[in-house]
Amino acid sequence: MTATHTTSRVTVRGETGEVASFPRATSPVRPLPDRRLRSRQRLRGHLTAWAFIAPVVIYLAVFYAYPLYRNLDLSFRDYTLRSFIDGTAPFVWFDNYVEVIQSSTFTPALLNTAVFTLVSIVFQFAIGLALAVFFFRRFPLAPTLRALFLVPWLLPLLVSASVWAWMLNSESGIINAGLEAIGLTQVNWLTSPQWAMVSVLLANIWIGIPFNLVILYSGLQNIPGEVYEAASLDGANGWQTFWRITFPLLRPVSAITILLGLVYTLKVFDIIWIMTRGGPGDASATFAIWSYRLGFGGGSPELSPAAAVGNLLIVLAFVFGLIYIRTQRRLERA
Amino acid sequence: MTSARRIGNTVIGVIFTALMLFPLYWMINVSLTQPTDLRKDPPNLFPVNPTFDGYTRVLSEQLPYLGTSLVIGLGTVAVTLLLSAPAAFALAKLRPRGGTVLNFVLLIAQMIPGIIMAMGFYLIFHSWGILDTVPGLILADSTLAVPFGVLIFTAFMAGIPEELMSAAKIDGAGPWRTFRSIVMPISRNSVVTVSLFTFLWAWSDFIFASTLNRGGGFQPITMGIYKYIGNNTQDWNAIMATAVVASIPAAVLLVVAQRYVAAGVTAGAVKD
Repeated sequence: MTATHTTSRVTVRGETGEVASFPRATSPVRPLPDRRLRSRQRLRGHLTAWAFIAPVVIYLAVFYAYPLYRNLDLSFRDYTLRSFIDGTAPFVWFDNYVEVIQSSTFTPALLNTAVFTLVSIVFQFAIGLALAVFFFRRFPLAPTLRALFLVPWLLPLLVSASVWAWMLNSESGIINAGLEAIGLTQVNWLTSPQWAMVSVLLANIWIGIPFNLVILYSGLQNIPGEVYEAASLDGANGWQTFWRITFPLLRPVSAITILLGLVYTLKVFDIIWIMTRGGPGDASATFAIWSYRLGFGGGSPELSPAAAVGNLLIVLAFVFGLIYIRTQRRLERA
Repeated sequence: MTSARRIGNTVIGVIFTALMLFPLYWMINVSLTQPTDLRKDPPNLFPVNPTFDGYTRVLSEQLPYLGTSLVIGLGTVAVTLLLSAPAAFALAKLRPRGGTVLNFVLLIAQMIPGIIMAMGFYLIFHSWGILDTVPGLILADSTLAVPFGVLIFTAFMAGIPEELMSAAKIDGAGPWRTFRSIVMPISRNSVVTVSLFTFLWAWSDFIFASTLNRGGGFQPITMGIYKYIGNNTQDWNAIMATAVVASIPAAVLLVVAQRYVAAGVTAGAVKD
């Protein structure tokens, strides 16, 4: 921010294309500089640019890199309540990681994270795509209805999770009332081990649909209309048009949508915490939930193991990302 | 398309939308239900004999939380705009060496799970003495939005014609003046988009609130609802009334700034 009101007429990018393409800027205002002057000008330009950027760089260092470092450091120490008082915590190498991996929660949490992420993404994407194609037809009210679809996505997750928790309530929930009305047996959605995961998945898929809808819809808008005209001239029916044209042409946008879905879903915390707290037992506990439960879930905070679980989550995200990129590559080659 | 098919599509569209929005309807319905009817089986599909007790309680008990959330939301917007707009201007228009690396770092930063950030912040805020404070929460919440802000602003500012920049330079404007008097006014739309998302994220934040401000005197509305859920599991009409009130900013912003919402979602996602 120190670069305010410089009186010099330094051009930021020297004699490169942009300015040259602009006759007014190359008028005699600036004498032909020799090489030294030119490189000094370029340096000055860089300094100005970095003066604008510096706050964000410092911010990233203080509010991203430093917390991540503290978290990593925490996971290698034995940080207890005493540590808060005297500030000391012995370095214990990988003890926390060993403890966490040997914990009985590890396997369920790993499986739950994988299932929660994959099932969420498959349904969010499929439903989002179907709706995007549907709303791409021109019919009265289409833009308004599409906009209304966004509301659930903008609500605080805590609100959505509370509403779903109440709708899925065993005794007084509307879902069970509906099941009863059509002659099905009622389900203990949030309190039975086999249904808790289904419950949080239902809510999470619902929340993710708008995001997929919007991105895929914008992808559809970028497919040139002539392609469809050609297809209809060739006599392709709706189904063929979708599988042979829409779906392949949408692939780049789909890839981004799924990758972002992956990243967001691994992070999901509010929904599961509010609806089931990861329970009953560990039935719906993911890594994010497990980490929070250890660190802030009540009782005595076990910050170091919590940090270890958090870091395992980062590793998991990385592995998921790699698997995804590899599959994507293989599909592209095929 | 024949008009019959168009109408048919509209009908299907309305049904889909109704299904999608049913949970919101249910939230409003429950918020108006008499406490004695809450356990009724089957539940009333409409607020028969509605009560506004839930809302009265929200207004009497939750106003401080709502006020805190408003302050946190606006504070986070201010921090985010101040940091991200100048940086984006430099990345888009001054294009310094190392800019692409910074862009990449920002993309990665958005992908870090909140719980991991929260853990690190907890220790840092503890030693800085800003645990359980509003400024602490503003700083933490800004991490949700700053990378997004830079990316959106960069995408937008890259599209500002070079002619404009050159003209400013000829008129003797330095980079800071160009940024302030030319680039920012033109970027009004992206300012709205970034502010909108920043505000909503800060308003909705629960993970930072519940880790970094679990005991403070000024807590955001998400903590207000959370305490309701914990303490009064019987009073679902009050919980849902709070939920409705907490949803109002989202609903209002959606109606007022609809096109910015779609723009923000797609620009944030599709631009690399």
